[in-house]
Amino acid sequence: MAQTFDCVKEGMKAAWPICLGYFPIGLSLGVLAQKGGLLPWQVGLMSIVVYAGGSQFIAVAMIGSGASIPAIVTTTFMVNLRHMLMSSALAVHFPGVSRRFLALFAYGLTDESFAVNMVRFNRGDWERQSALTLNQATNFTWFVSTVAGVYVGQFIPSGALGIDYALTGMFICLLVFQLRGPVFVATALMAAFCSVVAYLWLPGNAYVIVASTVAATAGFMLKRSLRHRGGRP
Amino acid sequence: MSATGYLLLILCMGVVTYLPRMLPLVTFSRRKLPPWFVEWLELIPPAILSALIAPTLFTQAAPRLFVLGKIELLAALPTLAFALKTRSLAGTVVVGMLCYWGLHYLV
Repeated sequence: MAQTFDCVKEGMKAAWPICLGYFPIGLSLGVLAQKGGLLPWQVGLMSIVVYAGGSQFIAVAMIGSGASIPAIVTTTFMVNLRHMLMSSALAVHFPGVSRRFLALFAYGLTDESFAVNMVRFNRGDWERQSALTLNQATNFTWFVSTVAGVYVGQFIPSGALGIDYALTGMFICLLVFQLRGPVFVATALMAAFCSVVAYLWLPGNAYVIVASTVAATAGFMLKRSLRHRGGRP
Repeated sequence: MSATGYLLLILCMGVVTYLPRMLPLVTFSRRKLPPWFVEWLELIPPAILSALIAPTLFTQAAPRLFVLGKIELLAALPTLAFALKTRSLAGTVVVGMLCYWGLHYLV
């Protein structure tokens, strides 16, 4: 029991940079949704059931412009396909864990929770209860901030305290944690390059999937060829 | 959009968001993955993180264009240096926010 409590506490502690970053984004989504004619309960329900920032922004805009349900759902699917890669990468850290736990955990998988959980699992000081706590805490923050946005968002000055940069700052640090050797650095550089090129040439956010798949494959081949030459990977 | 239409929309959006998050995790945690696949997956986190950050630093949206010298990029340099030196997540978030905020007033 005491151990579970510790896990929850650790999860909360790790969640705060994500919550800090979610808050302004959630508020602005709420403001947009309100302008698009959505009610607080509708926004809250979307944040709980869908819980995916990018696609919620797109959905709100599409609803505003009168798009059809199939069009919005298809777009949502495409936008969130990148989570398949993250879900696959996380699986190695859950050998033999019950399906029920995994089904619950998967609900809270976002770019941010994936990044933090992955770093902590790799470091080896992370319990899966902490990971689940982190997912729930960030989801709760998202829910509260999006609903709050419908009511108060218009009174918050944009850009206050550089809060818009919180998630970028966090991603930069998490990337640094992931650079565990020259092959990882080469992969990250390759991904940055491919991502910018794909962002400019492809519509939507396919750039994340395309760039990370290409870069990971290139990094993998680099590692293989270094090993064949007898060099250290 | 009617209330029923909205509920249907939310339900469908929820399903297509949840399944890609859930299916690989549930499937691959039960099966022994081939070693090459595990090696490839190890490179996915740095690749995804980098791919998520890069357009924020080097491009503008609507229309999508390559831009060098954005405040986001300028703030990223001290933020990256701080992260490399201290390896502190909380510190990096705060330093990043302060740099970005400060640059807004300078540039």
